[in-house]
Amino acid sequence: MSKRLDTKARIDRGRPLTFHWDGRTLPGYAGDTLASALMANNQRVVGRSFKYHRPRGIMSAGVEESGALVTLGDGNRRDPNVRATTQELYQGLVARGQNAWPNVRFDLGGAANLFSRFFAAGFYYKTFMGLPPFEWGRGTGYWMTYEKLIRRAAGMGEATRLPDPDIYDHVHGFCDLLVVGSGPAGVAAARLAAQAGLDVILIEQDFELGGSTLNRAEQATVDLSDTSVRVLTRTTAFGLYDNGVAGLLQRVTDHLSRPPPDQPRQRFWTVRATQTILATGALERSLAFGHNDLPGIMTISAARCYLNRFAVLAGQEITIATCNDSAYGAAVELAQAGAQVRVLESRTLAPQQLSQRALEAGIEIETNTAPLLARGGKSVEQIEVARGDGTAWRAGGVRACDLLLVSGGWSPVVNLQSHRGATPVWSRENACFLPGESDGSLHMAGSAAGIWGTDACVRSGEAAAAAAARTLGRTAPNVDAPRPGGWHHPIQAIYEIRVPGRRLKSFVDFQHDVTSDDVRLAKREGFVSVEHLKRYTTLGMATDQGKMGNIIGLALMAEALGKDIPEVGTTRFRPPYTPISLGALTGRNKARHFRAVRRTPMHDWNRAKNCTMTDAGLWRRPWYAARGEETLQQAYIREATTVRQAVGLCDVTSLGKIAVQGPDATEFLNRIYSNPFAKLAVGKARYGIMLRDDGLVMDDGTTWRLADTDYFMTTTTANAAKVLVWLEELLQLRWPDLKVHVTSVTDQWAACAVAGPKSRQVLEACFENAADVSDDSCPFMGVLQGHLKNGIPCRIARISFSGERAYEIYVPSDYGPALMDLLWAAAEPLAGCLYGLEALGTLRIEKGHVTGAELDGRVTIEDAGLGKMAAKNKSFIGSALRNRPALNDENRPRLVGIFPKDRAETFNGGSILCRPQTLSGHGEGWITGVTHSPTLGHWIGIGFIAGGHHPWSGKTVIAADPLRKGNIEVEIVSPQMVDPEGTRHYG
Amino acid sequence: MIRIPCPFCGERDHSEFTYGGDGSITYPPLGASAKQWHDAVFQRRNIRGLQTETWHHVFGCRAWLRVERDTRTHEIKSVRAAHPGGQRALDKTP
Repeated sequence: MSKRLDTKARIDRGRPLTFHWDGRTLPGYAGDTLASALMANNQRVVGRSFKYHRPRGIMSAGVEESGALVTLGDGNRRDPNVRATTQELYQGLVARGQNAWPNVRFDLGGAANLFSRFFAAGFYYKTFMGLPPFEWGRGTGYWMTYEKLIRRAAGMGEATRLPDPDIYDHVHGFCDLLVVGSGPAGVAAARLAAQAGLDVILIEQDFELGGSTLNRAEQATVDLSDTSVRVLTRTTAFGLYDNGVAGLLQRVTDHLSRPPPDQPRQRFWTVRATQTILATGALERSLAFGHNDLPGIMTISAARCYLNRFAVLAGQEITIATCNDSAYGAAVELAQAGAQVRVLESRTLAPQQLSQRALEAGIEIETNTAPLLARGGKSVEQIEVARGDGTAWRAGGVRACDLLLVSGGWSPVVNLQSHRGATPVWSRENACFLPGESDGSLHMAGSAAGIWGTDACVRSGEAAAAAAARTLGRTAPNVDAPRPGGWHHPIQAIYEIRVPGRRLKSFVDFQHDVTSDDVRLAKREGFVSVEHLKRYTTLGMATDQGKMGNIIGLALMAEALGKDIPEVGTTRFRPPYTPISLGALTGRNKARHFRAVRRTPMHDWNRAKNCTMTDAGLWRRPWYAARGEETLQQAYIREATTVRQAVGLCDVTSLGKIAVQGPDATEFLNRIYSNPFAKLAVGKARYGIMLRDDGLVMDDGTTWRLADTDYFMTTTTANAAKVLVWLEELLQLRWPDLKVHVTSVTDQWAACAVAGPKSRQVLEACFENAADVSDDSCPFMGVLQGHLKNGIPCRIARISFSGERAYEIYVPSDYGPALMDLLWAAAEPLAGCLYGLEALGTLRIEKGHVTGAELDGRVTIEDAGLGKMAAKNKSFIGSALRNRPALNDENRPRLVGIFPKDRAETFNGGSILCRPQTLSGHGEGWITGVTHSPTLGHWIGIGFIAGGHHPWSGKTVIAADPLRKGNIEVEIVSPQMVDPEGTRHYG
Repeated sequence: MIRIPCPFCGERDHSEFTYGGDGSITYPPLGASAKQWHDAVFQRRNIRGLQTETWHHVFGCRAWLRVERDTRTHEIKSVRAAHPGGQRALDKTP
């Protein structure tokens, strides 16, 4: 029976609160945690275990909690697996138990416990993944069937499926010194460092500063407001990264009934600290013995914390099991608070001075004694004890109690140091892993360094701060760092208590229901490496990341192998130290802020003309411009037809544009393009293909010679950034002797394609003098620079992607809408239209022109059907390696056109091209694009097939699409499906 | 997160940079043999220790840098502008 005392503590009795637990309304105080308030109301069973649905109670008073995991909040703020031990109480808090039905006190799922021997480690693998009775591989089907049932029965809390209503912020910080932890060591370090002139940030995961001192009978308040130290409470360092970067999670409003609407729920900090001191403390370990998970069993330090900080006495008849000195102070305090206390001391001798004080407080001490089995229904009622003779345990009778406190020793929190790659070192003397070697920017202090005495912890904090200050060139006093340890009587580590012939259920990892038998089973089945042990049994993989059970698991494996713990080693800790919400990781980068949006200057103009937009990378581009009730398909077919018969306009601003300037610009272009550029005349444009070093195609585009040393390069929309980076790499790293400058001018120029037999007429109407765009002044591949009507500056090239006579017109970005007004006024009377990406795709597929769908990084220039673009008489990037034999194999997939055999049929992009008799494997090729061709009057496709179209002439091929449409018979044709002679773009 | 001291901009998060590759390679002339190009493009050492590599300050000054980094610790030993003219300018700046 646990109850609230009226002794002095850190709760605020002037601010009583009520909260809701499993539908009941209970009282508490400001300053309580949910766990301390539940305990004050004598709530013993607060959770059900992951696998066996065993009742679980409060096991600790901190982040290591593995029993009191609850679901907090309602509706769209329902948050599962919250540790009741760290959740601050607030007025109206709503919490409930989880993984139980109908509730944690009476759970029908508890039947799983009866069959627990069948659910040992590896249960899933053995039953469903192929071991007998199922044949190898046959178990998968059963797994698919039973997985849903098992997942429903096992598990933890359930998150809300509603959108998160809260906002989360990302914050960046810098400091000379980051101190993690506000116990005696951390506070001493921060003070000394601030005095030495360092810019210090101190963070504390608790809502009060003080660390372990908060749990003491003599209360003291830590105050750093007289220093320059920046203090963040309710803030966890969840990860430590390279070069002094720390990830912090600050819980801003999680402790408030009504969060202010202008505050984020949490802040995700990235702090770059030149020096870091970890004063992260140590966590008390449990012990493995029979039914050590019963409610009413917790660590000794937890009971001390509840007593002194929260004025809650966790039991009346208390048994304390220890193997080290740290238990005795708590034992005396609990006895003084009115409990009847018995100490089971596993060592042969109790420490004399400490035990003397205990005896004076009326405490009974039994040496050579440890708990063997806890008994009780939903809470501990009796302890069966074991008596030792130094080598083995034997049964030793029964003791009654309503609270069992255990201490298996203390584990320094070396997790953050481990994030940085330091390997912890086993200390036999202290029976714990101590911090390993780390570089000069990271210092460990206090009990995180295995230093147990408070005064020594203060000195170790000061020593760490002095070292940090000196590294940063400040003067600081000389403080000798104390050595680890500090107990008068050495700990005699024990990890598990068992006697021969007794089958006990002793838990090692409470959250994942891993028992000591599971560890031994893993050893018998050959999973002896710690990494295999972890994955086979899931030891240490729960939300506490093995804070309570890892060391016991390692020790039991070492014992089973007859080795020492250092020989078995430990797994490396990974961030996060405690769980962090996905919302905090996401911050504000969600929904329309997930990534940047690029709109062309004509965006609003396009929208006003009823263009439906689509995503092309970050860009929003016109997809189609429906008229009336037209569907996408009706619209794009009309648009493509209009381009072939009259004229169309398309916003192509998103193409990459790069100014290539300088005396060596011609030489540079001649090196990077596969085709000749040395003799491109001023006022001319040329289509060019760039290869990579390995001879495969990187990108294509046109480059215009504006003046002797001034070129204007366009790239595909998708590769604009990549090409610029590549050109910069070549100029800065490989050819620094070339005098060339490259500048992205993508955002400086708006562009519109004007395509179709009437395109020149449109342009003529846009110039004051129509002769300016005559075929003499602007022939095919010609470049014009001048002014349109209304003085709009422009550069124009007569180039064609659609296969029709076409122009690309570029104007400074601000003139984009004015350009469209001008062009539209000319095009509309000629029965012209706007066309979008869909019609653009139709036109280019009809012509067999490639885009990013074809140039996917696996394609040679010959594969793309552009072999004649590779110059024979010059060297260029990729020219050496493109001649490797495998790249010249005639059977490589080559670009082809595809017709459905039954012209009324359709087929899908992404289909695999197969021989009719071999519908398996990777097939003979694939389809990259499909469209309805208005020119041909049926569906066509573009893609690749082994050897190109000649060997497949007259043969039937299957376009296989097993997941969607099925198999369609197709024919393979030349990729130039419309106007193969290329006469129309002169038209 | 690695912090890279850009000689033009100061120390910045590595998320401002993109990784290039092995900075110790001298690429052969464009007209060199396929064997020479094969070795330059595909033969890479997997160094445990100090490695010269190229980084591009793509969200900063857009300079390509040659960085000496210890692959075991991420410690950065030196950073130089890859372009000799850029480095000369830095050397002249007091």
